[in-house]
Amino acid sequence: MATTVRTAVEPAHPRRRLFSQQAIEGYVCILPWLIGFLSFVAGPMVAALVISFLDWSMLAPPEWAGLANYQRLLNDPLFYTVVYNTAFISFLSVPLQLVIALVIALGLNERLSGVNLYRTIFYLPSQMPVVASALLWLWVFNPEFGLANALLNTIGLPPLRWLFDPELSKPSVVLITLWGGIGTPLIIFLAGLQGVPASLHEAAAIDGAGAFARFRHVTLPLLSPIIFFNLIIGIIASFQAYFTLVFITTQGGPANSSMIFILYIYYKAFRDFDMSYAAALAWVLFLIVLALTAINFLLARFWVHYEGAEHS
Amino acid sequence: MSATVETQALSATTQTAGVFAGTRGQRRLLHVALHTAFVGLCLVYLLPFAWMISTSLKLDGREISMPPQWVPNPVVWENYYRALTALPMLLYLRNTLIVTVTATALGVVAASLAGYAFGRLRFPGRDLMFGACLSTLMLPGIVTMIPEFLLFKQIGWLNTFLPLIVPWALGGHALGVFLFRQHARTIPIDFDEAARVDGAGAFRIWWSIILPLSGPVLATMTILAFIHHWNDFLRPLVFLLDKDLRTLAIGLRLFRSEYLVQWNLLMAASALMLLPILALFFAAQRYFVQGIVMSGLKG
Repeated sequence: MATTVRTAVEPAHPRRRLFSQQAIEGYVCILPWLIGFLSFVAGPMVAALVISFLDWSMLAPPEWAGLANYQRLLNDPLFYTVVYNTAFISFLSVPLQLVIALVIALGLNERLSGVNLYRTIFYLPSQMPVVASALLWLWVFNPEFGLANALLNTIGLPPLRWLFDPELSKPSVVLITLWGGIGTPLIIFLAGLQGVPASLHEAAAIDGAGAFARFRHVTLPLLSPIIFFNLIIGIIASFQAYFTLVFITTQGGPANSSMIFILYIYYKAFRDFDMSYAAALAWVLFLIVLALTAINFLLARFWVHYEGAEHS
Repeated sequence: MSATVETQALSATTQTAGVFAGTRGQRRLLHVALHTAFVGLCLVYLLPFAWMISTSLKLDGREISMPPQWVPNPVVWENYYRALTALPMLLYLRNTLIVTVTATALGVVAASLAGYAFGRLRFPGRDLMFGACLSTLMLPGIVTMIPEFLLFKQIGWLNTFLPLIVPWALGGHALGVFLFRQHARTIPIDFDEAARVDGAGAFRIWWSIILPLSGPVLATMTILAFIHHWNDFLRPLVFLLDKDLRTLAIGLRLFRSEYLVQWNLLMAASALMLLPILALFFAAQRYFVQGIVMSGLKG
């Protein structure tokens, strides 16, 4: 951006006289957002916390229950299964998506002809409505007539039960996300790679660095903030984003082997109408997201290289 | 590389090169190897789409044959018509369009106004509120949905489109607020001062100066919002119980339970739901890329 124009960030003559008028105008302009935030985010968050301390099944009037819902959660064997399943799927799927996207992006960045076509093809699955892609994969993984088993058959392997096998349901879900989830990181990495100056590569090459050494010591450090940001966002988003996929394909089964956190909350709240227990689960999920964000930011100090960090 | 948008987003002026360097002969060899690998990988990524189209054109009963037949014989285009009429898909389409168009239009304008206020106006508590706005990006939606359900039940919003529209019309697209804020900060403040001399207030400045100058962000945000509302599944599932109010995403799922064995019709319906997104993608690919890059390079 041109630095010669004065922008709103630092007005050259801060006008004290206008400040209070501007403050009033600011509040007027922010009011719609504030009402929305209080009614649909902050308010419900507090309400969910209160509900989690009640005993409320929708049929009888609510009663104060203290920490009972949280105690129940600790004694709920399914809760641990759900945490394990969510961690299994998200911690496998998101890093793998990033690795695949990075490898493809590195290849596409070699000034290849037809880059746009390749990019479009890899990106396309991520734009498919999740309901439609979930139904498509349910059909691909159909144990009797699906494409997956037909392919196994042609190379002489026995058919699998994929989403319908308690051992394979989670890996199958991960496989689907590797098809549908690389589009976004791919485009971000491609943009990021364009920001790596060629002069750095040339300098490293003159110093005798091979292709891998240049990737390891030039590209990777410069990309690391982007990789890191997308890792956090990706894992947190996956808690929410995989709901539709799992709800359509396995409905959490077989034998709860693919029951993920958000699906469990959904069932408790809107199938069993066990509102207060669901609210407690939802708050635990929220705390997990918070903790994950904090841990990630702490870890980032050790391995993320921010450009120009030495100067500030 | 023709993707100028990306370089813009990075404000990179330097020439880019790949990791590999070498003689021309080595590079040519590398390109042949890469093309081979990419064509193979692309086929893997396209295979499910081919499977979907192939299945959708098969005669009833032919879709369940082993080994599967890739080219349908005969080709039954009628499946697409049957998919539209087997369920009241046109009604679902109408519902989806009402929600998607209204929520997108109102949501983008609301995000712009909030982004403008956060980016250009000064008022106590602004940065705190902006932090709160950004933190909603991290919040799993289900956490607020339980109290929302109880609230909407109280005030009679269940079985209306309001829960799918109002939160966004009040600035619920936090990513949009962020993008508009970043953009508003790049517009020279002189414009505001000139308008203020002419007696315009903040609201007027937003409407007649900032909004018309936000073209690319508006386009990007409109696409992101449209896709969000078109694909939304969880909220319609919870808040719309009435059969006549179902959206396409919900309707498509019912297809599965009511026509469990009719995979050809199900695939035809899935392909139809993909179509508008596909059309939008090819018409405005630039803005798709821009939206992703702007939201993902923040690191």
